[in-house]
Amino acid sequence: MTYSRRGMSRRTLIKSGLAGVLATGVSPYIFSRGAWAQEFCNNPTGDTVTLGLNLPLSGAYAEEGADEQKAYELAVQHLNGEGDGGLLNVFTPSSLKGNGILGKRVAFVTSDSQTLADVARAGATRMIERDGAVMITGGSSSAEAVAVQGLCQEMGVIFMAGLTHSNDTTGKDKKRYGFRHFFNAYQSGIALGPVLGQEYGSDRRAYHLTADYTWGWTQEESIKAATEELGWETVQTVRTPLGAADFSQYLTPVLNSGADVLILNHYGNDMVNSLTQAVQFGLRERQVNGKNFEIVVPLFSELMAKGAGENIKGIFGTSNWHWNLQDPGTVAFTKSFGAAYGSPPSQAAHTAYVQTLLYADAVERAGTFYPPEVIAALEGFEFDGMGNGRTLYRAEDHQCIKSVLVVRGNENPTNEFDVLNVVQEVGRDVVDYDPAIFGGELGPAEPAPMC
Amino acid sequence: MFEVILLQFLNGLDKGGAYALIALGLTLVFGTLGVVNFAHGALFMLGAFCAVVFRQLITLETVTIDPDQLSPWGAPLEVHEPLVQAWFGDFGAVLVNYSVPLSLLLTVPVMLVIGIAMERGIIKHFYKRPHAEQILVTFGLAIVAQEIIKAIFGANPIPQPMPVDLRGAADIGALIGLTPHAVSYPIWRLVYFLFSVAIIGAVFAFLRFTTFGMVVRAGMADRETVGLLGINIDRRFTIMFGIAAIVAGMAGVMYTPIVPPNYQLGMNFLVLSFVVVVVGGMGSLPGAVLAGFLLGILQSFASMTQVKALVPGIDQIIIYLVAVVVLLVRPRGLLGRRGMMEA
Repeated sequence: MTYSRRGMSRRTLIKSGLAGVLATGVSPYIFSRGAWAQEFCNNPTGDTVTLGLNLPLSGAYAEEGADEQKAYELAVQHLNGEGDGGLLNVFTPSSLKGNGILGKRVAFVTSDSQTLADVARAGATRMIERDGAVMITGGSSSAEAVAVQGLCQEMGVIFMAGLTHSNDTTGKDKKRYGFRHFFNAYQSGIALGPVLGQEYGSDRRAYHLTADYTWGWTQEESIKAATEELGWETVQTVRTPLGAADFSQYLTPVLNSGADVLILNHYGNDMVNSLTQAVQFGLRERQVNGKNFEIVVPLFSELMAKGAGENIKGIFGTSNWHWNLQDPGTVAFTKSFGAAYGSPPSQAAHTAYVQTLLYADAVERAGTFYPPEVIAALEGFEFDGMGNGRTLYRAEDHQCIKSVLVVRGNENPTNEFDVLNVVQEVGRDVVDYDPAIFGGELGPAEPAPMC
Repeated sequence: MFEVILLQFLNGLDKGGAYALIALGLTLVFGTLGVVNFAHGALFMLGAFCAVVFRQLITLETVTIDPDQLSPWGAPLEVHEPLVQAWFGDFGAVLVNYSVPLSLLLTVPVMLVIGIAMERGIIKHFYKRPHAEQILVTFGLAIVAQEIIKAIFGANPIPQPMPVDLRGAADIGALIGLTPHAVSYPIWRLVYFLFSVAIIGAVFAFLRFTTFGMVVRAGMADRETVGLLGINIDRRFTIMFGIAAIVAGMAGVMYTPIVPPNYQLGMNFLVLSFVVVVVGGMGSLPGAVLAGFLLGILQSFASMTQVKALVPGIDQIIIYLVAVVVLLVRPRGLLGRRGMMEA
């Protein structure tokens, strides 16, 4: 039997075609996708997919961590088609079906980050390497968020940040694998500045007490810029250690500093303690420069407001979200969470829940857990129905751009949960900003070959 | 400038009061039983939670369900009515108002029982073990106590309001002829300072002027000889452990209006208090008190803006810096005795 040698054989044609395709660098997408699908970190091959919850269950932000855990558990239930479905019913556009993620049942593992960056990083490593977590989420401190998203970038695992408010998280320390739904200190300054000017005037002298880590520094910088733009003078900025119980030695110098506003760049227990002690020093009853002395807490939550008790009454600040908003997303989430746990959700719980659903939805839209595809699905994604109005996951820095709330401690609460009033909902267009101002590089999307 | 210095001095006194009270209890335990008790901060925290429990008891409410009102998540709203006021009227309101100082009545027996149980149940088995093992077991006890409190009360601080009459700041400046409001200091912190002085005085008087105290002091000086005289010194030392627990607990109770207690309250003080004990001299009660006030005052002055402008960050390290200097100059601490923790 002889073979015809005329012209190009089928085998030669295939070889030449493949060589040409590879040489021009335009290999068909389906080939690379199939190849990577077997190789990326913790690709879920069974019938479950594991998420890693990195939660501050002890330390200065422990109460936020406990509330985040409740929200994650609720999100997992809803993703698996259990419970009332929560925000799955109102989130648009949504690809979630209530049958897990890509048909795999959602499971989770947890680690106590102790509100410490190095512990958070070690916990995330353990959940990735030992427990096979395909995504890491959680945290209530920007120091944790920055540390963990750096790790996740190295290991090729997506990090959906919990509560983190430092400009650095999606600024100079931003990472391709890190995504933040929570707002930031710069946006707090944009939202809060005009309200402070309206309430307290333009002739003020401010004294800052600032938690001594990334979040405190950037919040101090942002609020200082916003108030100085109003015409306020910054008398002094003092750094205080994270987790200090007694702030009295930092408060006594305020008394004779000539300042008539104290700005507390503290969060969690630190804020509860510093505010309580500032009130005990009689600061709110003082008259300085012919004006009432005022205290401002640029970022606070309902959990902190409960901890500070009546000292929070009348204090201005900003929040990412509040449970008594009346949009369908907020009503649905508050109903689900309240029915499950007997109390309304905090802003930490809300952002944790939303981040879980956004990740799951991105995987559904991408049709794969392969991180570069999920990242592409999240970048530039615009959605609604999550409680913050129309929201954009900005591609340039992975910062969610949405409305910001200016809140005030409720003077006349009607029940134990009624601790904050929403003074103003500052629109997304107002708090939007050029992502280039904070610098940073997102880095590559290609996953590490192994983890 | 004088006003600023006076304010920092007052601040140092009230900080020093807390340090001295905790260090006093630590020294009582170390001086009598020879145990380095890392659970002492936990006793401070447990005392603070006695105030929390007492307030929860006297603010008990009847809860009725109002089907006409709904919570934000659609459940029928609970209506709360305070029970003590319903029973005792105005007297009930006074009890609630003074819940923090009144909770000392609950704290004393509770802390005595906790202290004795801790000593008899666990610590006595470690008397003859090395100090490292004593530290490990007492530190373990502290963590267990923390986790129990966290499981029961949660991680969030629980504010304890001070009595209405003692809120706000006292105008110390006006009292001594300075500009009004130039030196204002929280009334409760002044109360805390006076309270710490009173408790320290009471402990010293107890040891100095009672037969029990005399025997304990003799036992601290020479345990063996006191034992040979037929006195059961171990029983007295156990009671001293209970008394040290009471002192720590009472210090914790009165501290709750200053820092809302949570499960970590004791840990915030523990390391500082050990530095105070070492600076004062291991086993020296007057040394613990002296070093407590000294370090409190120095820490406060180191936080002044003018001082921090000269040496940035000095407020964070001043206590440890002083400890290094004192130990270099006087290796046994300010008032330390020969033979304490020395081979």
